[in-house]
Amino acid sequence: MQGFAVFRDLIRYNFEFAAGLVLVGIVVLMALLSFVSPYPPLDVYVVAPDAPPSWDFIFGTSSRGQDVFWQLTVAIRNTLSFGITVAVLSRIISLVVGLLAGYKGGWVDRVLMSINDTFIVIPFFPILILFYFIMRDAMSWTSLALITAALGWAYDARLIRAMAMSLRTREFTSQAYFSGASTRQILVQDHLPFVLPILFSTTMNNINWSIGIEVTLSVLGFTDINTPTIGGMIYWANQHAALVSGVWWWVAFPIALVIMLFVGLFLLAISMNEYIDPRSRLARMGGGA
Amino acid sequence: MTALLEVRQASKTYTSGGLFGRHVVRAVAGVDFSLTSERPEVFTIIGESGSGKSTLARMILNSVPPSGGSILFRGRDLATIRSRRDRLAFMGEVQPVFQNPFEAFNPLKRLDRYLYLAARRFCGARTRADVEGLADAALRKVGLSLAEVRGRFPHEMSGGQLQRVAIARALVPEPALVVADEPVSMIDASLRMTIVNMFRTLRDTFGVSIIYITHDLATAYYISDRLIIMEKGEVVESGPARAVLDAPSHPYSIKLLQAVLPVGNAWRDEMPAEPRSQPAA
Amino acid sequence: MSLAPDVHPGPGSSAGSAAATAPLLEVSGLKAYYQMRFFGISREVRAVDDVTFTIRRNEIYGLAGESSSGKSTLIKTIARAIRPPLNVVGGTVVFTFEDGRQDIYAMSPAQVAAIRWSRLSYVTQGSMNVLNPVRRIRSTFVDFAARHLGGSRRDFLAAVESHLARLSLDPRVLDAYPHELSGGMRQRLTIALATICRPEFIIADEPTTALDVVVQKGVLAMLREVQQEMGSSILFVTHDMAVHANLTDRLGIMYAGRLVEEGPTREVFQRPLHPYTAHLIASLPRLGDDMRKTGLPGAPPSLADPPTGCRFHPRCPSAVGLCREASPPMEELEPGHRVACHVAKAHAEGRRLS
Repeated sequence: MQGFAVFRDLIRYNFEFAAGLVLVGIVVLMALLSFVSPYPPLDVYVVAPDAPPSWDFIFGTSSRGQDVFWQLTVAIRNTLSFGITVAVLSRIISLVVGLLAGYKGGWVDRVLMSINDTFIVIPFFPILILFYFIMRDAMSWTSLALITAALGWAYDARLIRAMAMSLRTREFTSQAYFSGASTRQILVQDHLPFVLPILFSTTMNNINWSIGIEVTLSVLGFTDINTPTIGGMIYWANQHAALVSGVWWWVAFPIALVIMLFVGLFLLAISMNEYIDPRSRLARMGGGA
Repeated sequence: MTALLEVRQASKTYTSGGLFGRHVVRAVAGVDFSLTSERPEVFTIIGESGSGKSTLARMILNSVPPSGGSILFRGRDLATIRSRRDRLAFMGEVQPVFQNPFEAFNPLKRLDRYLYLAARRFCGARTRADVEGLADAALRKVGLSLAEVRGRFPHEMSGGQLQRVAIARALVPEPALVVADEPVSMIDASLRMTIVNMFRTLRDTFGVSIIYITHDLATAYYISDRLIIMEKGEVVESGPARAVLDAPSHPYSIKLLQAVLPVGNAWRDEMPAEPRSQPAA
Repeated sequence: MSLAPDVHPGPGSSAGSAAATAPLLEVSGLKAYYQMRFFGISREVRAVDDVTFTIRRNEIYGLAGESSSGKSTLIKTIARAIRPPLNVVGGTVVFTFEDGRQDIYAMSPAQVAAIRWSRLSYVTQGSMNVLNPVRRIRSTFVDFAARHLGGSRRDFLAAVESHLARLSLDPRVLDAYPHELSGGMRQRLTIALATICRPEFIIADEPTTALDVVVQKGVLAMLREVQQEMGSSILFVTHDMAVHANLTDRLGIMYAGRLVEEGPTREVFQRPLHPYTAHLIASLPRLGDDMRKTGLPGAPPSLADPPTGCRFHPRCPSAVGLCREASPPMEELEPGHRVACHVAKAHAEGRRLS
């Protein structure tokens, strides 16, 4: 099967991809383990608090009496889902806006780009905090994801628009146009494959960005801190002055895991990028040279 | 008897620059000619770069609106074509062939896709058999077949073959007019005449009129019926092809013809002892 | 190197007079392949496959061929302007400049840099590749040539101006930026730039292909004058046969990475011996010529997977069994006229092949 062969080639020949896959794999594994967690994630004081890492509790326990390891699995699952949701939603908006503006030009382009530039300029962090203060307890993870997605598409839309503008001038676009293809067909079938590499790497970036936002907001307590997330864990650790009281494992392991996720995603992005790039695809297919 | 195509004093100017100093470029100025629908012909537009010939081609294809004058196809002004349905109807009658066969198709997609698209959109074909039948028929007109092209990517074929596929694609809707902008200039010399001959066949056997845009006077001599010579956006000479090329009257046309490098004729006459003669200034 | 325009070293008049009768360039058995590997797939494209020819002093040698004939790769290899994945896998490229014979691939990079522009220069298709768009023409001249010509900057610029004047170019263009000039003017300047150090060997890669017919005539005339005056040799590469007919002394035809015919230009045009050349010349449309022309069937072969034996045999109207099995060597069938074709050779020897 062709897809599998691609995967195997990447692992065999590209160290960054293999390394990235391993790192992200570990994180995903952790996230999946959350489903078999022996402790309900929201319960507190289920185990002896402040126990350092040992064979009984691999990552130790927190001051709230939770097993750090199992808490981490749930936290990373929530954080990861948040990041992915935001990335997917904002990619969709970026793509639609970017491709349409680049291809159509004229007033469509001007209107879309005015909206786009407005969103670029908005300082997202203060706005998110503002939303929190307005919505308080009504701020669920879903609404936070929606708001973050609505703030995270603008920069990449411009990137995609630039690509779309150059694609529009290429002769095969005219060919498709005169073959009777509709705008949607041209954008999806002809232009999208060229835009994919950029899209992919911006997805990775966006996941990192949105997770960064989540962690920051949670650490500051501006989210629903009862749902365990990476930032939430750090928040509670700060509340209990974990570092001061020497409960370092409560802070270290979540941070280590999220860093592992960042680095893994980054490595995946750069290695897949080279593979998806149309020029290298062409060279592998036999064209070019 | 409506003419097939009427270009009436068409012109196109581009302005650039802002408040302080506008820069006006007259790409095309006052071009006037018409093609009859009684009898298909090969109408050639000769010009060098900057002559406006490509801009004129785009105006005829309705990709670019004229700044002045008008262009009528079968009596209907192109400026009135707005709705998608009208545009599709127009495209079904007037099709382009572009210069660069290697860029004509998306390198990541298969070639037959464009043929199928055109068959579905212009001929209303629904079933797979119908679509493939139409694609095959169009390919046979250019000396290829669907079996040879099916599933292939652009990089697997030569420039000449790609250009033929592009012409076949343009023929799927059975257009009345094909606008070919420098269709053979990027094709190898050994493959060029196959395509040039094909334009003749299109005119004689399939009744398609061709607007052939080129800077190459030799191929223009070979297949044109009528021609116009453009310089800096204006038509400087027009008339029956052989008459104009054998005996040009405008100074620019004369200069063009003198600049053409002779092949073979040079050898027919006795060569001077110094094999490279000094050219006229 | 003399700066004075009236005294120029003609061929053979300087110290290495023994070198004067030797050919300027000898290419023997040259093989240059693109060797690529991605993700476990390796491809070898045999762009130049066993090419042998020589270029004499004071001659214009034309190299004709179509896309994927390997001619562009060949001249890049000759100028040692190649990088991996394009590698030379066999053969030699030997220049005999005034200071003796040298294999360009045996020289150190510093030596190659020293001969570039002063003995060997390169004119490309896109003049913008050479002329820096953000600097005035004068600066480009200084960048390229001052190092080789030496002297003070004022002397150098005076030499540049007299060189331009000799080539009928207005010295005021030195103050202009490239985008202010027309394409033809830029190409003429590129030629002036390539010839200012009076190199013995000039490689021109499709210098007039992108130019209009009228402009092309002027540029070719200039190239001719420059060559005659300096006595250099030019290796002129183009697919345009009409240009070869009007410019070159000898002509080599390349097909699929190999040289298939070579001889004095007039002879190649009037009596082409290789079927490919014959067809190519016969198919050229000409003003005033009414005869029907045909194109060659098929397409040029892929250099990654060329046909066995003679690479032209799938498209050749005269092909026989032998053509499929053995690759024909280049042989001199008439004085100065070499061909690589089994059928042509048999015909010249009075035999018939089947």
